[in-house]
Amino acid sequence: MTNLTRHFERSGESIFEVIQSPTILASLPPRPEASLSPTDNLAIETSNLRKQFGSKVAVRGLSLQVRRGEIFGFLGPNGAGKSTSVKMLLGLVKPTSGQAQILGHPFAHVEVRRKIGFLPEDFRFYDWLTPSELLAFHGRLAGLTPTQLRDRVPAYLDLVGLTPHRDRRLRGFSKGMMQRLGLAQALLHEPDLVFLDEPTSGLDPMGRHLVRDIIRNERKRGATVFLNSHLLSEVEITCDTVVFIKHGEVIGSRDLHSSPEGEIHVHVRAHNLRHDVIPGLSQWTTSAHFEDDQLFLSTCSMDCLPAILRYLISSNVDVFEFTPQHLSLEESFLKIMGEDQGL
Amino acid sequence: MTQLWTIARITFREAARRKILWTALLAAAAFLALFGTGMHFQVRDPHFNRIPPLLRYQALSSILLIGFYAIDLLAVLMTVLTSVDSISGEIASSTIHAVASKPIHRWQLLLGKWLGFAAMVAVYITLVFSGAVAIGYFIGGVHPRGSFEGAALIYLECLLVLTLTFLFGTMFSTLTNGVIVLGLHGVAFIGGWLEQIGSVTESGRLITLGILSSVIMPSESIWRRASYVMQTSIARTLDFSPFVSRSAPNANMMLYASVYLLLALAAALYRFHQRDL
Repeated sequence: MTNLTRHFERSGESIFEVIQSPTILASLPPRPEASLSPTDNLAIETSNLRKQFGSKVAVRGLSLQVRRGEIFGFLGPNGAGKSTSVKMLLGLVKPTSGQAQILGHPFAHVEVRRKIGFLPEDFRFYDWLTPSELLAFHGRLAGLTPTQLRDRVPAYLDLVGLTPHRDRRLRGFSKGMMQRLGLAQALLHEPDLVFLDEPTSGLDPMGRHLVRDIIRNERKRGATVFLNSHLLSEVEITCDTVVFIKHGEVIGSRDLHSSPEGEIHVHVRAHNLRHDVIPGLSQWTTSAHFEDDQLFLSTCSMDCLPAILRYLISSNVDVFEFTPQHLSLEESFLKIMGEDQGL
Repeated sequence: MTQLWTIARITFREAARRKILWTALLAAAAFLALFGTGMHFQVRDPHFNRIPPLLRYQALSSILLIGFYAIDLLAVLMTVLTSVDSISGEIASSTIHAVASKPIHRWQLLLGKWLGFAAMVAVYITLVFSGAVAIGYFIGGVHPRGSFEGAALIYLECLLVLTLTFLFGTMFSTLTNGVIVLGLHGVAFIGGWLEQIGSVTESGRLITLGILSSVIMPSESIWRRASYVMQTSIARTLDFSPFVSRSAPNANMMLYASVYLLLALAAALYRFHQRDL
């Protein structure tokens, strides 16, 4: 285990952070189907999950793990298979092949859904209902008792800021209000695992802030949140871990709270920089060049930064500034997906 | 089972709010008003009153049967038009996702919806049918004959059409579903006529064609059975028309229609269980 206090810049702000034993959640290599076994600390585990519609492959082979209690971001361009993957995990779409475990149970199991909440991307329902009636209906389906409904319906309406509208018909609701209501129905039965598909879509900045707070509260409650969103800045603020999906496969992942995966750019301001110093850096760096008193390095691991610094000092370079810079989530996304991939 | 009744209750309320239901109720009310007015003037017509009482009664009974025929047609159309997008429409609009992801079996979801619509159709038929019987009795003095069985048979016909609408709703888009179900009912209607003409002209081929169409879609044969049980014995010997039945399907045909309905419901449940949402 390594404990290291680091100063790095992220999204334009400086943060001091103690990083402990980097745990990178990488995409799992394809495994034989029989090898999937319930793991207590995993909320979701999939192995080679595949969905084919006729000749079109929507999800090629999804293998991922989501730990209990984390906020998990699921990112990918349009048509990457995100929605189909979520629908498979919820039992709405039957996979062509592959396996999945949700909260330690086979994913198609109806009883598991008692512990799952889901906010669809475009939440809608019969527009003649009032918000209270809608929540009571979804609560009953989720197995809540009348007493629980009496307590929770007003509480969750209050949570999403819809108490003043509790007696209005849904037909007059905006998309943002429906989204808030959808969030309330997803959380009403206090599930262990919550799937949120574009939860901030249609919301104003206050609504987005509210959603962020609600997601953080869910984490405090111990719930796992599976977040599918195009708003990378939101994901970066909210999530613990993200995976990148393309053509229905996980092609990369990043742990946003420990050592970042991928390339790290280091900016060094120093005197006495010389050409003979550069070759010695190649054991840690993927690229290095300098201009005047500015040295620019790229490396793949935060762990080698102390060694680079020690090497520069031992090479009689006078270091005034040594600043590792993370790629923002958006930069990582574009780098992994390719610049031409739209969101 | 709580989930099943929860779905049935909300579907009933949703169905009861459909504009098409209220349009069908308004159409039925307009029809009953017209029907009652017509019967009122008929009863008070001096020429009509010169007819012997037995024949007069038969004529009024036949007018009542015409009323039942109109009710049957309205009920079938209302059933198809209110339920045609219940499955396919909710899948297309994603409304079903938040519901189907709850701890509910697919069969509970589909059967709950079916029960909700079945209850709504029952209320509709009870209201409109009772109105026609009341008009026949209080204005025309016609004592209802076989009305309960007749109404039950019209309800069976509507349930059959409802079940087929659900079955095709699990396979096709809303529009395609409506075209298929109403098309099948049209085939049954033409087949019923062919069978009636065949029985008058004693054409075996026409009768066979009519029976074949009833095997494919037994809805019209249920109406013909209903009209048979509701008409007077004398009327049964009169000429055929779409309102009365000369060649009435027997009890075996009703048994076949019931089995057909149950198989269609089982197929709808299976298909809905298998399909992606």
